[in-house]
Amino acid sequence: MTTTTKPAAPTTAKTASTDFFEVGADIKDAKAPAGAIEQKWSKRKFEAKLVNPSNRRKLTVIIVGTGLAGGAAAASLGEAGYNVLNFCYQDSPRRAHSIAAQGGINAAKNYRNDNDSTFRLFYDTVKGGDYRARETNVYRLAEVSANIIDQCVAQGVPFAREYGGLLDNRSFGGVQVQRTFYARGQTGQQLLIGAYQALERQVAAGTVKMHTRHEMLEIIIVDGRARGIITRDMVTGAIETHFADAVVLATGGYGNVFFLSTNAMGCNVTANWRAHRKGAYFGNPCYTQIHPTCIPVHGETQSKLTLMSESLRNDGRIWVPKNAADCEKDPRQIAEADRDYYLERIYPAFGNLVPRDIASRQAKNMCDEGRGVGPAVKEFDENGNERFVRRGVYLDFAEAIGRLTKEGVASRYGNLFDMYAQITGEDPYETPMRIYPAVHYTMGGLWVDYDLSSNVPGLYVTGEANFSDHGANRLGASALMQGLADGYFVLPNTINDYLAGASALPKVDASHPAAVEALDSVKDRIAKLLAVNGNRTVDSFHKELGNIMWEYCGMYRTEAGLIKAIGLIQKLRESFWKDVKVSGVNEDFNQTLERAGRVVDFMELGELMCVDALHRRESCGGHFRAESQTEDGEALRHDDEYAYVAAWEYTGTAQAPILHKEPLEYEFIELKQRSYK
Amino acid sequence: MVTYQVQDVSPDMSFLEMLDLLNEDLTIKGEEPVAFDHDCREGICGMCGVVINGTAHGRGESPVPTTTCQLHMRSFEDGATIDVEPWRAGPFPVIKDLAVDRSAFDRIIQAGGFISANTGAAPEAHAAPVGKLQADRAFDAATCIGCGACVAACPNSSAMLFTAAKITHLAMLPQGQPERYSRIKTMIAVHDEEGFGGCTNIGECAEVCPKQIPFDTISQLNRDLIASLFKKDGK
Repeated sequence: MTTTTKPAAPTTAKTASTDFFEVGADIKDAKAPAGAIEQKWSKRKFEAKLVNPSNRRKLTVIIVGTGLAGGAAAASLGEAGYNVLNFCYQDSPRRAHSIAAQGGINAAKNYRNDNDSTFRLFYDTVKGGDYRARETNVYRLAEVSANIIDQCVAQGVPFAREYGGLLDNRSFGGVQVQRTFYARGQTGQQLLIGAYQALERQVAAGTVKMHTRHEMLEIIIVDGRARGIITRDMVTGAIETHFADAVVLATGGYGNVFFLSTNAMGCNVTANWRAHRKGAYFGNPCYTQIHPTCIPVHGETQSKLTLMSESLRNDGRIWVPKNAADCEKDPRQIAEADRDYYLERIYPAFGNLVPRDIASRQAKNMCDEGRGVGPAVKEFDENGNERFVRRGVYLDFAEAIGRLTKEGVASRYGNLFDMYAQITGEDPYETPMRIYPAVHYTMGGLWVDYDLSSNVPGLYVTGEANFSDHGANRLGASALMQGLADGYFVLPNTINDYLAGASALPKVDASHPAAVEALDSVKDRIAKLLAVNGNRTVDSFHKELGNIMWEYCGMYRTEAGLIKAIGLIQKLRESFWKDVKVSGVNEDFNQTLERAGRVVDFMELGELMCVDALHRRESCGGHFRAESQTEDGEALRHDDEYAYVAAWEYTGTAQAPILHKEPLEYEFIELKQRSYK
Repeated sequence: MVTYQVQDVSPDMSFLEMLDLLNEDLTIKGEEPVAFDHDCREGICGMCGVVINGTAHGRGESPVPTTTCQLHMRSFEDGATIDVEPWRAGPFPVIKDLAVDRSAFDRIIQAGGFISANTGAAPEAHAAPVGKLQADRAFDAATCIGCGACVAACPNSSAMLFTAAKITHLAMLPQGQPERYSRIKTMIAVHDEEGFGGCTNIGECAEVCPKQIPFDTISQLNRDLIASLFKKDGK
């Protein structure tokens, strides 16, 4: 399948970054047609093979996940007449974590007459992604963005409106136009409920069969093609086999590899990782978005972090005390002259609205300098020594309240202020909020081509689960856009090209050796987990993994740190299989067992993320390598060496993975060093 | 009822983090952890929900309505004994410990809680302006998270607030008009079939609702239901 061009890793201790992987053949997206960028999507849609409406009901598509990308795709393919099997681990499709997105959704409508266009949205997204995204996919995303707003309005999504009855817009980080549509601070919820209602309409119509409280634990590959999945019924423990003509993974991101993140507790990488183990390439796993405006950690029992919408940066001003001696003071007692509005100082053009990666890194820098605020929290330095550091910066609305009145601020951000007050017990109208960056989104994911097909025929990947559109950093309000673009407009117009030939494939059933092997491997793994019966909880392993990832593969990455992390993760994995305690049995509602299986996959993924971060010896977007920075401490790319997508091929647990490079060709946008000054 | 002792609870911990702490302890002791549903832990997915000291979501004295996951231990006194129960309602059978089956809500939505607009068939978004007040009212109703607290709090186990929220959301918008008087009949029919009780205007539902769905959405539902009896387009 691949040719290896480098010798196998030496048997002695691994010290150089190249010891940790091998290099395979380059890959290329073969689906985007040649020609002008404005013509590509129309041309592709025209060239794709079609399925006759009366034949569609004979074709089955499995969709795993019911968020914006999965729910929208299931509804749309159901409407088209396909037979859809849809799965989610929650008790209802309406709970998928898209629901928690707050700020908004971008679309190139140019309703503000401020010079927005499809090309500008395309340009901003490529630039925001630090020139590590595929041009063709991003242009298409910008192209269909306007249709998404039309579709959602038709479904009854109650976007914010002005008194004239037309839609309102706000601006978001990293751009200079107002193109973000929103529904107070609950845009994700309203968009997801729109998709959920469209989905339930299809459930009622009989085109979609919904399986809630089901977790996908394995994929079935027959003759090199994705033909089904193995699931566990989370109520009864039944291990089930489901077959289809194509499988779509819309399973979201893997931020929970860090244990603490803004993801929901159940978000996991298992579906994607199982597909990766069976041959699907993992693209850019190290690209992680650390969101700058989250509520700081309160203590060691913290189970998750809560994001405060980036839209707060429109009116809130971020600062820390100029003098470390002031950090313990009541912020209201610190004179204006003694405050450092550091983003406004360093980036006068964009100020508080710089992209997320930059805002996060600067907050870390301020705290590392000893100018952080709030309670000092325990952490470990690179030598494993305990230290206490204040991890917080102020997000201050005093000026905005003076300008807009308290009511004015409440009308824009009321629910966010209430949420902050509820969690921290402090009143943000009276005293500045404290914020700190937290893991929020993963730009990496399974590698897909222009059609959103992975390298495994019949396996499609949509939304956050794929790697495709955001490069090394995602701009605010673009995740909702991508999820719905993939689900409503892209996948339903590309998967037909594959399905048109799928009816000619031989039928498979539960007796097929590939199905039997997949089923047995799931049962074996569960039995193994239950049999360890050690003395450490699943969460204790997950937290330890999270600490390793945050320290060495978080906002600041070094060669030595990443090599160390890989060793620590390998040790942790060995310890897990000796010491973990998974209570109960399989044939029950067993939440410990669910978590244990996910942590196993997170540990393997964590190692691959470190290998990817190690191999990419440049800084770009959310990936900051300390060895590669400008004199001002900004991310320094090396386009001559690293202008490619890193697509990793699995070779075995703790074995060196194979790197396939997809060179990124910039035909329509000139590569530049990003500047927001 | 089982009584557990939980040590080292900090005031900043959320209620669910306290349950996590209990479960870590039970696991180490070789006992079965307590099963409970939860996911986003930021008050928006609607997956969590238990009755705490007799109140759905356990808001107690706190002035801000909240989901269980957004309740913090600073709301309780040190050393207090807290009663925790699952939602109790016939249409929400208990799965295990504190987890219940709320799939009846999905079936109410399947019965008409949508606007039939196929993907790709939408007109330009500005084709139908919506007055701001109308849009705001639709939004207030649309914020329902489907947690089921309204049912758990209602002495009749009625899901009328849940159903009324969807009816009102869609009835306020021009896009929702064509199916306005047919959806209400089919949704109410499924509501009743699932075993939810009738509404007798007690108002407990709106009191415990973490999203403050207005109680008058039920008046909107009743008005539309009566109006639907005189409409030919209603089935």
